[in-house]
Amino acid sequence: MTTAAKPIIEVQGLTAAYGEETILENLSFTVGHGEVFVILGGSGCGKSTLLKHLIGLYQPAKGHIFIDGQDLVSTYGESRQSLLRKIGVMYQHGALFGSMTLLENLCLPLEEFSELPETARNLIATMNLSLVGLAGHHHYYPAEISGGMRKRAAIARAMVLGPQILFLDEPSAGLDPITSAEMDELILRLAGSLGMTIVVVSHELPSIHAIADQAIMLDKETKGIAARGTPQQLAHSDNVQVRQFFARQAGN
Amino acid sequence: MPRSSDHATTPAATLIVDDSRPEQLLLTISGRLDLAGATALWQTACELIEQRRPRQLKLIATDIDYCDGTGIGLLVEMERKTLLHGGRFELDGLRKEFVKLREQFDLSDLTDLPSSRPEPCCLPEATGIAVVKTWQALRDLVAFTGELSMALLAALRRPRSVRWQDVWLIAEKAGADALPIVALLSFLVGLIMAFQAAIPMRQFGTEIYVANLIGLATLRELGPLMTAIILAGRSASAFAAEIGTMKVNEEIDALTTMGLAPVPFLVVTRVLAALFVTPLLTLFADLLGLAGGSVVLLSLDYPLVTYIHQVQSAVGIGDCLGGLAKSLVFGIIIAAIGCLQGLRAGRGASAVGDAATRAVVSGIVLIVIGDGIFSVLYYYLGI
Repeated sequence: MTTAAKPIIEVQGLTAAYGEETILENLSFTVGHGEVFVILGGSGCGKSTLLKHLIGLYQPAKGHIFIDGQDLVSTYGESRQSLLRKIGVMYQHGALFGSMTLLENLCLPLEEFSELPETARNLIATMNLSLVGLAGHHHYYPAEISGGMRKRAAIARAMVLGPQILFLDEPSAGLDPITSAEMDELILRLAGSLGMTIVVVSHELPSIHAIADQAIMLDKETKGIAARGTPQQLAHSDNVQVRQFFARQAGN
Repeated sequence: MPRSSDHATTPAATLIVDDSRPEQLLLTISGRLDLAGATALWQTACELIEQRRPRQLKLIATDIDYCDGTGIGLLVEMERKTLLHGGRFELDGLRKEFVKLREQFDLSDLTDLPSSRPEPCCLPEATGIAVVKTWQALRDLVAFTGELSMALLAALRRPRSVRWQDVWLIAEKAGADALPIVALLSFLVGLIMAFQAAIPMRQFGTEIYVANLIGLATLRELGPLMTAIILAGRSASAFAAEIGTMKVNEEIDALTTMGLAPVPFLVVTRVLAALFVTPLLTLFADLLGLAGGSVVLLSLDYPLVTYIHQVQSAVGIGDCLGGLAKSLVFGIIIAAIGCLQGLRAGRGASAVGDAATRAVVSGIVLIVIGDGIFSVLYYYLGI
């Protein structure tokens, strides 16, 4: 988890709006190679909106998002598709395809985006399931497994094409402390051994302390970044709201 | 760190084969072993091992300068294939970080790989599954009919218990909003039928009897049937999708735990709404069907009054009421079957789609069966 000098994600003056309503205003930050970067903040401050802009689902009102040096905002067509293939996303509730088994869920992107033979696809899917601790669960449908397992399977699916950046939307939300700690351990393992850059949206303080190299906290009032730094730096930030966020959650 | 940032300059993966030694196959892989690299080498490497079946395979991995999960997959597959043919596998020079990456995967049980394709089902098993499913569907239908009848009786006894606001809202969506499509289709069917009938009848100079044909067919059969089929496609599927989605979102569970049974709360309102709007829509369809027929006779230079007179002489009030009575039953069938399929929906997005399809298909089948029963009944009653 070392931070290289050249950023893999660079956000410049991003303004996000739904119609007339501005959610985020003039946001700028960078994420380094191999970093675990956490976006945190209270409910409704625009964490998920920012994530959806970073993964190309929403077009920003203003600003640029550079991923591996290429501007996601002004890239279209086939080059946008290949740029998006550099990222993998785990949605908050997994978003696994309900009519497919876990193995089929993992094989789908391999089938669509590679020329690998069927045995190879099955092998890689099985290996990725084993990586997230779901070995032997390949035949289950998403409805048949727990929420934590669904999230892990979603991570496996996001990783199956070997992305450079992994985006995780609230990976520990709704999980018990033990499963949540297992999820943190998995994130650290992925960052450590695969050297992935991982961007996590979260408001779970224990997780943030456990995984984050760098974090930004969004501010609902200013619609910008309230503080940026390591979790320890944020906990002692000059901003009262940030300090309160950390103190209150620690109190809980 | 296995991932290199400037991979654009990293060469693609290459495979060099050295089979100069009799007992040993020496392979050297170099370059970038990511999805593209591994895909390029996969087929060649596997076919090579399959053909040679080496006693010993030595893989020199010193020059692999990038490797991700797919790359590790290729190395594992080569090892698996060699061991499968009784050979020995030796991996030499793999960088420390890639060895560490390889250790992250649980590679203990890869001898019998699962398949992502569903296993083919044999005929007796498929027949058994189909029989059990049909039996369950029949049982559900009987139980649902009983529950719905009890709920409707309870609603009759205590009309205040019905959520009338919901009933009117559903009636508006399923009834008033369906007026344009019912009008258009009935008018066109009346017109087409009259036109098709007029051509042969004209040869015998009996085209005035087109009015009799249109009158009888529209009021007794086509009006109620067309309306019911349109409603099955429009509203039964909507009911099934709506209730199916509620089931997926655990809203039905929430209702049950609140002490609100889904049948009186959701189904009775929809059935009552359909009960009100189907006869009205049928009446509308009858009128538009007759109007469609009149256009053909007008074009054949018959005055409108003659057409109306002819229709009046051909059909009685019994034909009209008989058609409307049928439409009442069709309305109940459409709403009930839509709600039943929604309540029987499984979990997941495709389950909702399946429920909507089943609602339309079984709705139309039941409507046509019901229509057949009515025909026999009316014959014996002399209607």
